[in-house]
Amino acid sequence: MSPPRPRPRQPLAQRMIDALRRRPLDAAAALAVLIMAAWIAPGLMRWAIIDATWTGETKAACTEGGACWAIVTSRWRQVLAGFYPKDHLWRVAAAALVLLAGVAPLLRRRTSGLALATAPAAVLLAYGVMEGAGVLPRAPTDYWGGFFLNLFIGLGASIFALPLGIALALGRTSRLPVVKGLCVAFIEVIRGSPLIVLLFAAAVVAPLFTPAGMTLDKLTRAMIVIILFEAAYMAEAVRGGLAGVPAGQVEAARALGLDRWRTLVFVVLPQALRIATPALVNSFIGLFKDTTLIYVIGVLDITGVLRNAVTDFAWQGLETEAYVFVAAVFWVFCFGLSRWSASLERRLSIPGKSA
Amino acid sequence: MRRPSKRASFTKGELIIQAVMLAAAVLVIWALAATALANLRARGMASGFEFLERPAGFQIAQSWIAYDPVDSHARVFLVGALNTLSVAAAGIVLATVIGVVAGVARRARSLVARGAASVYVEVARNTPLPIQLLVWYALITAAPPPRAALALGDAIFLTNRGLHLPSLTTAAPAWVLFFILGALGVGSALVLWALTARGATRHRRFVLKGAVVLGLAILGLAIRGVSLPHRTGFGFEGGLEVSPPLLSLLAALTFYTGGYIAEIVRGGLASVDRGQGEAAAALGLSPLQTVRLVTLPQALRVMAPPMVSQYLNLLKNSSLAVVVGYPDLVAVFGGTSLNQTGQAIETLGLVLVFFVAVSLTLSWAVNSWSRRQQRWSVR
Repeated sequence: MSPPRPRPRQPLAQRMIDALRRRPLDAAAALAVLIMAAWIAPGLMRWAIIDATWTGETKAACTEGGACWAIVTSRWRQVLAGFYPKDHLWRVAAAALVLLAGVAPLLRRRTSGLALATAPAAVLLAYGVMEGAGVLPRAPTDYWGGFFLNLFIGLGASIFALPLGIALALGRTSRLPVVKGLCVAFIEVIRGSPLIVLLFAAAVVAPLFTPAGMTLDKLTRAMIVIILFEAAYMAEAVRGGLAGVPAGQVEAARALGLDRWRTLVFVVLPQALRIATPALVNSFIGLFKDTTLIYVIGVLDITGVLRNAVTDFAWQGLETEAYVFVAAVFWVFCFGLSRWSASLERRLSIPGKSA
Repeated sequence: MRRPSKRASFTKGELIIQAVMLAAAVLVIWALAATALANLRARGMASGFEFLERPAGFQIAQSWIAYDPVDSHARVFLVGALNTLSVAAAGIVLATVIGVVAGVARRARSLVARGAASVYVEVARNTPLPIQLLVWYALITAAPPPRAALALGDAIFLTNRGLHLPSLTTAAPAWVLFFILGALGVGSALVLWALTARGATRHRRFVLKGAVVLGLAILGLAIRGVSLPHRTGFGFEGGLEVSPPLLSLLAALTFYTGGYIAEIVRGGLASVDRGQGEAAAALGLSPLQTVRLVTLPQALRVMAPPMVSQYLNLLKNSSLAVVVGYPDLVAVFGGTSLNQTGQAIETLGLVLVFFVAVSLTLSWAVNSWSRRQQRWSVR
């Protein structure tokens, strides 16, 4: 069904004059906002672009009054890839491509169940390319960093969290009290806890829970915690999807002679995941933003790298530039994703059923 | 909805699955506990909760209750928990105000208002909160020094050492905090009830007014006077001083959560059928009455559950205080106490118990409220 055609509109000037006449108070408020914008915008433009310094090796290169983006450009390699060996940066690019290629099938309009298996394989492959896996020269996770790490943690953790989240959501809707109880307890405890405390636990407490002789590096420990954290949130998104599948669908499938598992796999889950997709994407956006927290346990993601930069004597006092840059990078990704998620919500809505 | 019968019956297979899962869960927990105990013993580390009684030995920059370094770690927990709750309460109030304004503006007729609100919402929701916090902190510490303070009238001053506000001097700050926290909880419950419950309106209004008068009276008894900040040689004295860490934390929590609340408010208002407002207008209700008696009560039913979940997010996000050095529960107990005692499992465990307990209590309250509302919802 196509939306009704909008009424032909009057020219903008006419509408504005009408609005002014009808609602003088609104017009005054609008004028105030416009004046404020006209006052702020040029100053902001001057600071961020016109009077800004773009290159330089120390703070001495910065001009007064404008932003000094040299703090970012002089360290672009760290900002992108942390302290990864200089001659092996191609591996970072390759790993990023593998990750994106692994996620792409999940984002297609009709996701096949196969993508749920190939995506984790892609994450492991990306890990292998970065780490070396015995084939390439070894680069332990201590050397990883920069924006690549935010991508790796965000995408990698989500990919592993999705199947776990689906399982937890199914467990939560189970009629078996033990299964349901365990899943509810896990989901509610995780969702009630701040991520930062769980990350501290991964850094400080987790080594106490691994047997003597077995050590996991800090990034792996943090990854495991983030996967469990994200799984609990994805479980709630999937649960919403499961609740949105009409009961008649299950009854019809059972009436056609499908057993319980086939009903679940071929009838309920495809519809539930379709309904849950926008919520899952939003949950991913949240996780991606949260990856900037990882620096509190000493992992040098994009925030950690720039935080180190601003404590460097050569760059002191440029906190605003450093963090505004990170905010802008994340804004581009998250805004794009949220737009895409909103359009997905419209396209994926099941015809004839209001959300 | 299918209701499970009182006595559920399971097939043999289902019983086996449950037994296996229960056994696996117990086994995993037991194995983890055993490993941890063995590791602790091997490293000669202490365990147990005796450390709570020991003196903490460190200063805390801000406290609502009397605190001294000779006080125990248990007291540190209390100081931190009160700091967390107070910053969360202030953030919730501020974020709700900003969020409601922005949410209403996004549905305004004026293009400019809609545009400004959209820009705000998209920036607030699509940038990471830790980064917003760092930007706010950088901006506040870049404010002029006290001798060149930015002043609003002769009462509010912003310097790189924080914000100075006029304040009420009270008999006991901790009790005032308890009172405000309690009043916030009881007050919001009363408002929800008054707006959405059915029954005798006059009776309800009477209870509501009574509660407000009683609250103000109790608060009035505790107030001793008004204190204005004034310049001294090196800074300011008197009034309320909001330190840069607290100010940036509040600003970031408010800015970020306000964006999410704006979307909830917009969605809630959009969920009310337009015919409802038109019908109310046709019956001769004024625009204000229409909103108060018809639109808002219906929107609130949709908005309350996601709002509470945003409030809980704000509470959890207040733990980012560590980033700027505000002494919240995570920073003082999960940070300094942990470092002093080395008992990571116990300290972080208690911190998690605090957050999970608050979250479960609040979400249980809102769930039972919204279940009651659903019974009355119009289909």
